Amino acid sequence: MPGITREEVAHLARLARLELKPEELDHFAGQLDDIIGAVARVSEVADQDVPPTSHPLPLTNVMRADEVRPSLTPEQALSCAPAQEQQRFKVPQILGEE
Amino acid sequence: MTTTTDLVSYEDALASYDPVMGLEVHVELGTKTKMFCGCSTALGAEPNTQTCPVCLGMPGSLPVVNATGVESAVRIGLALNCEIAEWCRFARKNYFYPDMPKNFQTSQYDEPIAFNGYLDVQLEDGTTFRVEIERAHMEEDTGKSTHVGGATGRIHGASHSLLDYNRAGIPLIEIVTKPIVGAGERAPEVARAYVAELRELIKALGVSEARMEMGQMRCDVNLSLMPKGSDKFGTRSETKNVNSLRSVERAARFEIQRHAAVLSGGGTIVQETRHFHEDTGSTTSGRVKEEAEDYRYFPEPDLVPVAPSREWVEQLRAGLPELPLARRNRLREDWDISAHDMQAILNAGAIEPIVATIDAGADAASARKWWMGELARTANETGTSLDALPITPEQVARVTALVAEGSLNDKLARQVIEGVLKGEGTPDEVVEKRGLKVVSDEGALGAAVDEAIAGNPGIADKIRGGKVQAAGALVGAVMKATRGQADAARVKELILQKLGVEG
Amino acid sequence: MTDIIKLTAAEIAEKIASGELTAVEVTEAHLARIDAVDEKVHAFLHIDREGALAQARAVDEKRERGEKLGPLAGVPLALKDIFTTEGIPTTVGSKILEGWIPPYDATLTKKLKAADVVILGKTNMDEFAMGSSTENSAFGPTGNPWDLTRIPGGSGGGSSAALASYQAPLAIGTDTGGSIRQPAAVTGTVGVKPTYGGVSRYGMVAFSSSLDQGGPCARTVLDAALLHEVIAGHDPLDSTSIDAPVPPVVEAARNGSVAGMRVGVVKQFRGEGYQAGVLQRFDEAVTLLKELGAEIVELDCPSFDLALSAYYLIAPSECSSNLARFDGLRYGLRTGDDGTRSAEEVTSLTREEGFGPEVKRRIMLGTYALSSGYYDAYYGSAQKVRTLITRDFEKSFEKVDVIVSPTTPTTAFPIGERADDPMAMYLADLCTIPTNLAGNAAMSLPCGLAPEDNLPVGLQIIAPAMQDDRLYKVGAAVEAAFVEKWGHPLLEEAPSL
Ligand SMILES: [Mg+2]
Ligand SMILES: [Zn+2]
Repeated sequence: MPGITREEVAHLARLARLELKPEELDHFAGQLDDIIGAVARVSEVADQDVPPTSHPLPLTNVMRADEVRPSLTPEQALSCAPAQEQQRFKVPQILGEE
Repeated sequence: MTTTTDLVSYEDALASYDPVMGLEVHVELGTKTKMFCGCSTALGAEPNTQTCPVCLGMPGSLPVVNATGVESAVRIGLALNCEIAEWCRFARKNYFYPDMPKNFQTSQYDEPIAFNGYLDVQLEDGTTFRVEIERAHMEEDTGKSTHVGGATGRIHGASHSLLDYNRAGIPLIEIVTKPIVGAGERAPEVARAYVAELRELIKALGVSEARMEMGQMRCDVNLSLMPKGSDKFGTRSETKNVNSLRSVERAARFEIQRHAAVLSGGGTIVQETRHFHEDTGSTTSGRVKEEAEDYRYFPEPDLVPVAPSREWVEQLRAGLPELPLARRNRLREDWDISAHDMQAILNAGAIEPIVATIDAGADAASARKWWMGELARTANETGTSLDALPITPEQVARVTALVAEGSLNDKLARQVIEGVLKGEGTPDEVVEKRGLKVVSDEGALGAAVDEAIAGNPGIADKIRGGKVQAAGALVGAVMKATRGQADAARVKELILQKLGVEG
Repeated sequence: MTDIIKLTAAEIAEKIASGELTAVEVTEAHLARIDAVDEKVHAFLHIDREGALAQARAVDEKRERGEKLGPLAGVPLALKDIFTTEGIPTTVGSKILEGWIPPYDATLTKKLKAADVVILGKTNMDEFAMGSSTENSAFGPTGNPWDLTRIPGGSGGGSSAALASYQAPLAIGTDTGGSIRQPAAVTGTVGVKPTYGGVSRYGMVAFSSSLDQGGPCARTVLDAALLHEVIAGHDPLDSTSIDAPVPPVVEAARNGSVAGMRVGVVKQFRGEGYQAGVLQRFDEAVTLLKELGAEIVELDCPSFDLALSAYYLIAPSECSSNLARFDGLRYGLRTGDDGTRSAEEVTSLTREEGFGPEVKRRIMLGTYALSSGYYDAYYGSAQKVRTLITRDFEKSFEKVDVIVSPTTPTTAFPIGERADDPMAMYLADLCTIPTNLAGNAAMSLPCGLAPEDNLPVGLQIIAPAMQDDRLYKVGAAVEAAFVEKWGHPLLEEAPSL
């Protein structure tokens, strides 16, 4: 399965929002290839009729009552914001759908 | 970006193609707190006052499921005739968006809490259409962004955006239909009726106020066409966030015409999201993404599975209220009205006020008359809903009681209602203050009748001569003299009596 | 002051309770030690001098008022910089969180404060706990007190180094694939990964949610137990927290014994890649266990051979999602916001600058493993391996009470040796990872120095889930036997700094 191309790495970087430098693309392509090559062994068990484990504990139905708890103050919420305006988080323009 | 599209006429479109629809509705639950943290969901709070480390996605924070959110989801599922999962999980839907603090949405993927159901909806003419439900699942809402610097406050052209996370994490139930086929030309009507019925159902369950204008209920309309005779679905478009019943219908209709135009012209439909514009009734293409979204769903490791016990599910099923369509059918029989009349009452939002007015002692016909007449008109004129009018069903019932006992006639009753709406007090207070009371003093009434007869000898003669219909003119004169405060029937009786004619 | 810093936590607590020492004296002694040696060791990223002294004073006042003190009242502790501390910077060893001052305390932080433990400061770590050497810290590496040119283990190298250099008698670590046990092993200290769900994760910055577990680090088994008891227990803010009483770890640590116990040795935990001296000390430990009355049972756990592979799919996958929130919009670093760039671009630039290479590598790997078309082969299969490993453990624990192994295949390697060889680095966690995947409990404690390099070797003890007390029962017995054999704790042999 391995054989990760520079293009694939660039695609992954876009999905993961990492503005990788060109040399990083090459470097990671090689390393990811090695790692994936090494760990791809897990697919040996792909056909086995074994349920997947997503949680190490067999817990179910952990819930809380619908009761209001104190929120942060807006000052606390915004205390570490890189920028703020009108008690809101100020962010660069969003490229949305329009 | 295409803003104008040549359309083919609706009739032509339907002559060649069959529409296939899929409706995705998001409902914001009316829980006290958010889905995964204890922050309040109350509307209208100052920005970022209802946030905490969890709903701001701060490092280290962890979600805990709101039990009432799960209960609401199960109840919605049951009301939609769904199967309820014995075991299901939350999943993370990974994509970056600034109004989503964790940059993943905690949702459900291949294990929804409810699946495989249906909702029967009634069309204008009283026929029933069954819409199959694929799934209903739990997820969370995003924050709200305000775009600053652009001319219109929209994203385009804005210099920056401001984020308020009060809404982030509010519980959502997403309800997805199976492909709706076979509705033909009535597809847009079915879409509207489905969303309307779903809204009634959500309200009846008490899980949300489902006010579309407040964004508490939002609909995505997926639509594709297949050539007549084919059973292979075409490529669909996805019109996002359509926020009124009327718009749902219009968006479906527009997309049918647009798809037909593209297909008939030999073109292909692009799978894309589209936006509906209220002003023009048309849709436009969303931003075309260079790459298909890849949400990389995986089971949410910070939450454990939800496994609703069968006992609990049955308990919830037993506690469901009478569902809206069944109830409307029952009321329609009780009130002895047509399906069409019932539809009008539903559309006016008058069912609950009428029921409450009847519960307060009014007869069905009177309750209906007031809410669908005078009050509906007022609501319309002032642009509010019936339940927002400053009059209670109890007050309307009191007015009908005053009419029934003869203290008010219709004309006076209208004035009483008007007074209540103007804030002049209860019906009895308005009667008192405005001095609105049928003149039942026989002496005073007799004098007024005598005066009218004396003032209109010609008419009086005609009546004496047997032309009983002419009495109307004399009644009018008496009513005028008493400023409308007389009981017209009694006046007529007196006139005929005094002129020696049998009524 | 040397005597104070060499005391165990249990001894310090006793002396404070009896009035022989004040908490302020103890805290000052440790702050002085930090001043003296931490420039060389670099165990701490942040020292909270004022906060520590204020907490110490409060303990002394409490004692003066005659109030009852908790079992660790006044004992200084070094907190891994992965737990949020209200008003105190929390960086997780990353530039992307440089300057972040959390508005809330982790549950563990709250419990420490409530127990009157004195938090000296925050310790260095591999960025986002990703690594086995602490070289991945954005703020520079930490030295191993046994040899400052070598790694102190990772990701909790700051905590292990602080203990081994007597800057604190207690520390907190987190263990996703071995980040408590491996640092303990290579620094000659004690570290415990409790059962998953035993210690709240609320306020512990997530790396891999289904594997992460906070735990105690100390210089003795009893100290670790005392700390374990303070930090463990159900937390309604963590949905994966176990709602059951904390296993009786302190009682077990005070009553060490292996007599009549069945101890398993897994055949998959040796072979290629294991340093001869490590295996030699391990074998001696097994012999010791036999001498102490344990029955040794050979175990076969074939799925353990796939553990490392499964781990390097699961942990990166979860981390790729957990770390998505670091987007430069609400807290932490923001790069490139010059008024012309979009939020998307600023996020990408911020993440590019804010994350180090190992973090980026794992985010990329996880993004790949979860992406459509690969999910079943990679993430899905890894989850199946997880089931198989859990079954191997279950079968084993039908035959034995605990399992032992070397904690790590080699002793501390030189700083820089594996820095750009991820696969070599990952091998450091070969023996520790199966436990994280299955969610059960494990401990590392010293079992001697490897003859070839005179560096500490760790013995790993593994117990079934919620049987954490077995670790302490066995660990205390082994520790006592070794100390008697060596004539002193192993750490006495470390060079003085
Ligand atoms: Mg959704
Ligand atoms: Zn919140």
